[in-house]
Amino acid sequence: MNGDGWLEQLRREGRIVIVGASLAGLRAAETLRDEGFTGSLTLIGDEPCGPYDRPPLSKQVLLGMASAEHTALPRRRELDAHWRLGSAATGLDMAARRVKLADGDEVEYDRLLITTGVRARPWPHPAEAALDGVFVLRGRDDSAALERRLAAGPRRVLVIGAGFTGSEIASACRERGLAVTVAERGSAPLVGALGGVIGEVATQMHLDAGVDLRCSVTVTALQGDAAGRVRSVALSDGSTVDADVVVVSLGAIRNTDWLAGSGLGAGPRGIACDAGCRAFDVRGIVTDDVFVAGDVARAPHPLFGYQFLSLEHWGNAVEQAQIAAHNMISAAHDRRPHLWVPAFWSSQFGVNIKSVGVPSMGEEIMVTQGSLTGRRFTAVYGHQGRVIGAVTFDHGRWLPFYEDLIQRTAPFPPPFPTMDPPKEGAGPRPAGFPDPSVPTHGPTVTVSGYSPADRTVAFTPGRA
Amino acid sequence: MTDLSLLQQITDYSNRHDPYPLYARLREKPVHHDATGPYAVGGYHLVRALLHDPRISSERRYRTVPDTAVSGEQGDDTGGVLPPNFLRLDPPEHDRLRAITNRPFGPPHSPHRVDGMRGELKTIVTDLVDALDGDEIDLVERFSYPFPVTVICRLLGIPREDESRFHGWADTLVATLDPLPGQDATERDRSAQQARIELGLYLNGLIEERRKTPGDDMLSQLAVGDGPEGRMSSMEVLSTAALLLIAGHETTVNLITNGMLTLLRHPEVLERLRADERLAVPLVEELLRYEPPVQMIPSRTPITDIEVAGTTIPKGAPLWLVVAAGNRDPKRFADPDRFDPDRVDIQHLGLGSGIHSCFGAPLARLEAQLALAELARRLERPRLVEDPPPYRTNAVLRGPRQLRLAIDGVRR
Ligand SMILES: Cc1cc2nc3c(=O)[nH]c(=O)nc-3n(C[C@H](O)[C@H](O)[C@H](O)COP(=O)(O)OP(=O)(O)OC[C@H]3O[C@@H](n4cnc5c(N)ncnc54)[C@H](O)[C@@H]3O)c2cc1C
Repeated sequence: MNGDGWLEQLRREGRIVIVGASLAGLRAAETLRDEGFTGSLTLIGDEPCGPYDRPPLSKQVLLGMASAEHTALPRRRELDAHWRLGSAATGLDMAARRVKLADGDEVEYDRLLITTGVRARPWPHPAEAALDGVFVLRGRDDSAALERRLAAGPRRVLVIGAGFTGSEIASACRERGLAVTVAERGSAPLVGALGGVIGEVATQMHLDAGVDLRCSVTVTALQGDAAGRVRSVALSDGSTVDADVVVVSLGAIRNTDWLAGSGLGAGPRGIACDAGCRAFDVRGIVTDDVFVAGDVARAPHPLFGYQFLSLEHWGNAVEQAQIAAHNMISAAHDRRPHLWVPAFWSSQFGVNIKSVGVPSMGEEIMVTQGSLTGRRFTAVYGHQGRVIGAVTFDHGRWLPFYEDLIQRTAPFPPPFPTMDPPKEGAGPRPAGFPDPSVPTHGPTVTVSGYSPADRTVAFTPGRA
Repeated sequence: MTDLSLLQQITDYSNRHDPYPLYARLREKPVHHDATGPYAVGGYHLVRALLHDPRISSERRYRTVPDTAVSGEQGDDTGGVLPPNFLRLDPPEHDRLRAITNRPFGPPHSPHRVDGMRGELKTIVTDLVDALDGDEIDLVERFSYPFPVTVICRLLGIPREDESRFHGWADTLVATLDPLPGQDATERDRSAQQARIELGLYLNGLIEERRKTPGDDMLSQLAVGDGPEGRMSSMEVLSTAALLLIAGHETTVNLITNGMLTLLRHPEVLERLRADERLAVPLVEELLRYEPPVQMIPSRTPITDIEVAGTTIPKGAPLWLVVAAGNRDPKRFADPDRFDPDRVDIQHLGLGSGIHSCFGAPLARLEAQLALAELARRLERPRLVEDPPPYRTNAVLRGPRQLRLAIDGVRR
């Protein structure tokens, strides 16, 4: 049997299907064509419109600076693809290599890429969630509808959850001069992603901007009036807040329900795959023809103890999509690992926040440059004596240096001086994550190589 | 003359027209160091990493070892009378001054400033090309040079009637960056000092005026500075204005002149640009890689011993980051010595990287795009009279002193 001949045929006239026609799906499709795939390419998406960009939805769009309709993703090239938009995939037959669609159609594939992303976690009580004035924010329509409501000048907006998206929404409301209350279960905004030390800075940002910030409380009920409009919100501390707009910002649920019973290793935590983006089946065996990328994927990362990371990061979606696309049409020896160092940005209260690595794995944090109170700083996170993550507030241009430290598993605390040494609180201290579920420590692994083609990992002896 | 070290050869005037083979030798070792003092780095990835390294300072005070490899330091001098501009400052001072300067210039507060100047820039370009006559012109004198100075005047809000005085001071100051061999140094320094004082007094008067009745020009907004970063002192406004003046046009002059030279050496690209001005955008990017106007950043100093690819660069030593060498690194760019405006993955170092990356980048790009497109469209049968042309002495801000072109005329 001639394996190469088969691959040649796949590249020339094979059928590739991508389910999930958004950021990861589009970039994968473009990469396939870039790399010479000339077969048939089908993109299946349940949203009726073409791929658009989500980050502006909680920023420029809510400020009324850009319209939600004008967030279409730029196209990097012609695609020559079959677009099946507005039709959800409802099932997968792995043996017959077929995707089932909501309209009853079936599409056959030789290679399948799943990029179905995540959706906003809805308010758990359906009747309360259905009240007029209650929103989630994930898609273009969510954002457009919320923006219209903000423009109409509500008396008070209540945001449930002070993660990145919730904080961005609160920031946009304040910038529009709207009264806003934020209810957060944790002790501070962003505490889950960045820990308590940074959470304190975030708290101050909310307060300075005039947000009515309520931490360490949960929302117990949304209350509506006779006309079915939301009127007030009950909190676990017994208080009530009157609000005519409520935004539920409680994180995301992975879009894997359509794969139930398919035999693919898909569940509420996403679809597990190997470093080459090949999906695992439920038995933990890697498939050869099903690949995953983007928010829905969960992949092991050697730099982080081979933990399966699921990342809701724009940059990860792009990079993983490109790696998956390459591997789908490449021979085994030519496949590339997805060794991306996680990176994320947010902008809120006039501050640009960026992070690299996995801050939430850090037990300790140390400010290395700038000033916490001035909100211009860099801080690094330490995990078992090495640098595992870094965060910057309005200091993003330094980040490549810290990314390099993470890749080289540089020692923590960093032993060198920097110019612009921290004004206050120098030296390591507990990072203050709510639940320090520290994963077990694997062998030390470093990542090297600059281009995807020469990225590799090397085991290095642990530091004395 | 055979005993020159590699770094001395790089700065030696006789190699100015083509330093690229020397840069290739520089890249042979990750860190180059010889008896001349500086440590020089030319590989793309290392240069880029060092531009983001917080252990490396841009301030003079950390230098404990003098830079003996000829005149690497020239290029950002405001003559010692003004406080250091933000190019020569580290954070937090750098961040404060750059943020105040950026407020009236770029996003997020002034997202349309540069694009809003497009029409005005076009008019300036058109007027300059309209004025070209004769069958031989020096592009530097007639076009590349007056264009950016006029732009800086408009940006700062220099009244039209004062523009010619301003051009005069700028000429004199810029000439000090670029001493002619054999020129009388004392006389040059004296007239530069005079120009500096006159320009300073003039700007000071203007700043006072703008403090009382601010307009929407940059000088007004620097003077009033009502952002959270606070306000600049008068001396800081002056040194920032001087920086914008010098850095904001020395580089553009060279970008445009290098650009025209490169186009004339690649007539097929010139022809494409004539037919389609949209080519100007990727073309200028490739130019910034292929012939960057700032060739190296010679003014960095490690504040502690740092290890770079097996070499320890000691605290206080002069460090040169040779961005033009990085831009031609075959480990980063395929076929790097080829000028190819269709290159897709082009993250060059031509505008630097990190916190000191070119402040005026959006303006410089737009100026060069408009200028080259207009020249390509309107010059009839342009030919190089001299190749290579005579270069300026400056090794850091590298570009032709003159670019003589024979033309059949100017299209109307
Ligand atoms: C408001 C907001 C702000 C953000 N801001 C930032 C930021 O500042 N920085 C950052 O790094 N990241 C940010 N992100 C995250 C970033 O947008 C995501 O990481 C990125 O969109 C992931 O791309 P994806 O293609 O994997 O998934 P998605 O963009 O979620 O796309 C998945 C697509 O698949 C479709 N789909 C789902 N199920 C099916 C099915 N059964 N059949 C067919 N189609 C289906 C979905 O409708 C969707 O169109 C933000 C996200 C949101 C929502």
